[in-house]
Amino acid sequence: MSTPALSIKGLKKNFGPAEIICGVDLDLEPGERHAIIGPNGAGKSTLFNLISGLYHPTEGSVKLKGEEITGLPPHVINRMGLSRSFQVSNIFANMTVRENVRCGVLYSLGHGYSFWRNVGNLREVQQKTGEVLERVGLLDKAHLPAALLPYADQRTLEIAITIAGGADVVLLDEPTAGMSHSETDRAVALIEQATAGKTLIIVEHDMGVVFNLADRISVLVYGQIIATGTPEEIRGDPRVREAYLGDEDEQQVLAGGAQ
Amino acid sequence: MQSNSVQSYEHLAPSRAVKIRQRFVPFVVMAVVLLLIPFFDPSRTMYSLTAAMGINIVFALSYNMLLGRGGLLSFGHAVYFGLGGYAALHAMNAIDAGNSAFWSNYPVFMLPVVGFAIGALAGAVIGWPSCKRSGVPFAMISLGVAELVAAAGYMFGSIFGGEMGVTGDRMVGPQAFGLSMGPVEDVYWFIAFWTFVGTLGIYAFTRTPLGKMSEATRDNPERVQFVGYDPNRVRYLVFIFAGAFAGLAGGMSAVNYEIFTPESLSLVPSGLVLLMAYIGGIRYFTGPIMGAILLTYMQSMLSDYSEAWLLYLGLLFIAIVMYAPGGVAGMVFGLLEIFRHGGAREMLIRRVQQAVGVALAFTGLVILIEVAVRWSNGYGEVFEPFGLHLGIDTPLSWILILGFFGAGFVTLRLARNNEEGHA
Repeated sequence: MSTPALSIKGLKKNFGPAEIICGVDLDLEPGERHAIIGPNGAGKSTLFNLISGLYHPTEGSVKLKGEEITGLPPHVINRMGLSRSFQVSNIFANMTVRENVRCGVLYSLGHGYSFWRNVGNLREVQQKTGEVLERVGLLDKAHLPAALLPYADQRTLEIAITIAGGADVVLLDEPTAGMSHSETDRAVALIEQATAGKTLIIVEHDMGVVFNLADRISVLVYGQIIATGTPEEIRGDPRVREAYLGDEDEQQVLAGGAQ
Repeated sequence: MQSNSVQSYEHLAPSRAVKIRQRFVPFVVMAVVLLLIPFFDPSRTMYSLTAAMGINIVFALSYNMLLGRGGLLSFGHAVYFGLGGYAALHAMNAIDAGNSAFWSNYPVFMLPVVGFAIGALAGAVIGWPSCKRSGVPFAMISLGVAELVAAAGYMFGSIFGGEMGVTGDRMVGPQAFGLSMGPVEDVYWFIAFWTFVGTLGIYAFTRTPLGKMSEATRDNPERVQFVGYDPNRVRYLVFIFAGAFAGLAGGMSAVNYEIFTPESLSLVPSGLVLLMAYIGGIRYFTGPIMGAILLTYMQSMLSDYSEAWLLYLGLLFIAIVMYAPGGVAGMVFGLLEIFRHGGAREMLIRRVQQAVGVALAFTGLVILIEVAVRWSNGYGEVFEPFGLHLGIDTPLSWILILGFFGAGFVTLRLARNNEEGHA
């Protein structure tokens, strides 16, 4: 077996006396698309914050491509090849769309903290920024201030910044939250295309998206993964149905009904 | 994406024409203005005023690297100005003493480089602990540092010269560009050169990856971490550069005034540079330049006319914060925008109306303040503008005060009603 792209072992996080994540184990194969689902308050976003370094775990370890990243600051983890998006659009609102993406590109092309070069003369940066914009379909909006973008486009920009640095493990936190059906369909196509060949973990509420996109699914309930498997396995798992008991819509999707 | 030919995205960058118009032309204009000033044969007073303006322009721009571009509110930026200035003065005295081969061959003209280096060093040392925080803690630390360094300035007499400060003589050492640095004309070229270099350097910084990430960190420090940057490191590096350019301004000041006192390290100049940047407009690169010119003018000219000039400065600051957060630059560019888009006549009329209203009310306020100050001093002095006799017990004073206030108030009301009717 190859080294997992991401390997989580016995991960725990307490906030005071409250256990939010209580012992999560998860291994991701390189190139896998893994969805994490679960009811509200299950700890999905906390799990993302633990993996990406925003929070320090109380216990347990996270390895990225075999390297220990537990307790490292977010920017170091990002440089090692893990990138994430946010549930709430987290963009540079005062900059144009192009400048936003450029911020995501700079470090990965080795321009870190440099103060001896003019950004306008960095051909490679310009090229990469253009490629990312084209890939996500924001080329024609490149000059708009990010704050003026419609909501769905802001979500797209969020993804664009996330993939701009070329990280090979990508965490997307509810990328389609608040989108209409047609917008969601476009977003899913975009995610598939933009993360081709990368390892993807996605937190998502929209079951349609999850079952379309994911190779494997983990169900997180009260800070524990109660089941991991292919979409078919998850659909048929009685424990998962129990966790979603009372939620008619999602039960229907789980039962293989309406999409 | 499938095609093998590499697509070029150069069209995404601003066009050559835009670059020339926005980046090149302003600096050409600045250079031309700086070159032309001596041809108007300015008086000594005008020369010393332009020198003070040049120093303050670089100082205020360096401050805005922190406040406007980095989102860091500092109450102690004069520390770097002062330390750079002291270093330049000590270097000047070393040139004078001629004990070392290095200093005896160092032209006074290049002393701002010493200021730059020491400002950067001070920024690197003091920024190390203070840039581990941002927001309110950063502001409080900067305040503490300013107090600390100013206090040290009075204590370490051999370095800071006590209350008397350190003095020097700029007409020493080798000449650069044939300037003896004696007459004000020579000093003018020195100031003009370094004002231009400082402005250009600070502008160039905004164009670098670090400068761009400084703006990104100001707007969204959380996200910056997830594109590979440590926000504290970005702030720290920006802090060092801001200190360096403040030190450069200090070096200019050292040569211009040939003296530095511990007061230059204190909270007073730190507060003044904040006012310059903010009144000028921190969201615009040119804002601090406008603020520096305006405040330097007020400081040297208005103080001749009225002892209450600091009061007017305070009023101006409060008015800007409350009603024009874009500062002077915001108002100037707002007006240009109105002119550019035709058919905004109503807008323009409203602006003129507002300006007239503010001017009327302000006139009333000025009369009140000037009358009150003279009465309070108790020397029997009376405010006598345009041959009028305005004492505290003259009915005309109060008629004018209330009249101007009332007229201003009514005009502003009309302007507002127009706005509401329009909207």
